[in-house]
Amino acid sequence: MEMIQEPLLDIRLSGTGLSKVFNRRSIFRDITFQLSAGQTLLITGSNGAGKSTLLKVIAGILTPSSGTVSIMDADIPQTVYRAIGFVSPYLNLYDEFSPRENLFFAMSARSRQVAPDAVDRILDRVGLGRFKDVPSRVFSSGMKQRLKYAFSLIHEPPILLLDEPTSNLDEEGKGFVRDLMARQVAKGILIVATNEQTDVSRYDHSINLDREG
Amino acid sequence: MIGTFLNPVLAVLRKDLQSELRTRYAMSALIMFIVSTISIIVFAIGGGTSRSDVLAGMLWVVIFFSSMSGLSRTFVSEEERGTAMTLQLLVPPSVVLFGKLLFNVLLVIGMNILAVALYSFLMTGFTVTSPGLFSLTLILGSGGLAASSTIIAAIIAKANTKGPLFPVLALPILLPLLVVVINMTRLSMEGGDISESVGEFQFLIAYIIVIITASNLLFEYIWRD
Repeated sequence: MEMIQEPLLDIRLSGTGLSKVFNRRSIFRDITFQLSAGQTLLITGSNGAGKSTLLKVIAGILTPSSGTVSIMDADIPQTVYRAIGFVSPYLNLYDEFSPRENLFFAMSARSRQVAPDAVDRILDRVGLGRFKDVPSRVFSSGMKQRLKYAFSLIHEPPILLLDEPTSNLDEEGKGFVRDLMARQVAKGILIVATNEQTDVSRYDHSINLDREG
Repeated sequence: MIGTFLNPVLAVLRKDLQSELRTRYAMSALIMFIVSTISIIVFAIGGGTSRSDVLAGMLWVVIFFSSMSGLSRTFVSEEERGTAMTLQLLVPPSVVLFGKLLFNVLLVIGMNILAVALYSFLMTGFTVTSPGLFSLTLILGSGGLAASSTIIAAIIAKANTKGPLFPVLALPILLPLLVVVINMTRLSMEGGDISESVGEFQFLIAYIIVIITASNLLFEYIWRD
């Protein structure tokens, strides 16, 4: 990943003995990791290995069957909603709203003030500046993926989780994602789950759910 | 402290109201149900009865089944459109619950005002002689109906058979509430006084408090998995 110099944030994320069971079927078990600012984690595995489920557990969306996820050594605290940004194929935004309305809702739900030009800036950054007031129901899948990035970055999260980060994106979009990943590593924590061929050595830690799950 | 909880709750409420105004997801179902059920009652019996217990009962039958057709939408639409995860990433479960509850309270109050207005206009025998008692009954009945429907909607939104499950789960929980509000509506038609119904009011307030407390305790488990 390209090196970008930014001050590191004071953030720690750890998972201890994580396992998840659905309908008596074990998805993964005994997953442990520890990350601090500037570190990256790659999660790999075949379809159905539990990559997305593990990311949802880390994001606090699913409760683990056993084990704990801690941010700054506290079990999934209230700050999780401000600390984590998550881009996932399972994430859908409100398509009756425009990108601006979706982002303003995201910020007001988090009780955070946001200047209109900050929203416009992030939409420009993901390439949706021209479509900021268009209801997102008319967007293509690639545009919706870009909107998910704007939604996940608007609160400048110290921890970024990316599930299949380049799906539905064109070459320009993939370039944006590579740049985004480099920026995230420069200041906080990045966790990526993917099926695509990836150079594992570029990440500080990796979990292969086919082996460890 | 209250502000840090209330602001996100109001944000969820505002989002739901704005979304409802654009999609008419729940409103159309509610209005259609109210109009069609009252029309059927009018065609069937018209002004043929002036018995207060029958008229009060039928009013709440209309309100109950209208609620069943529309109040589940608040959670079901989030699951069907895949936006539940968006809320899960933004706010704690209790914020979602109270945002949705406030939305359902406003929806039920609006629905009940429409139902009562239409019912009073078309059913000539329906005359309220104690408006104070009737208004309190309607407000507390709406609160109880919204509180129960909200948590049941959250449960059925996770199930495969959403539609039929809602009234099946709701009826046993709402039955005590319906019995009391029907009785109070009858009293308000017969000129009863608020002081005669103190026990019923205490029951309705206790019912709402118990349902909201239980919902708050249960909701996190329903919402997360």
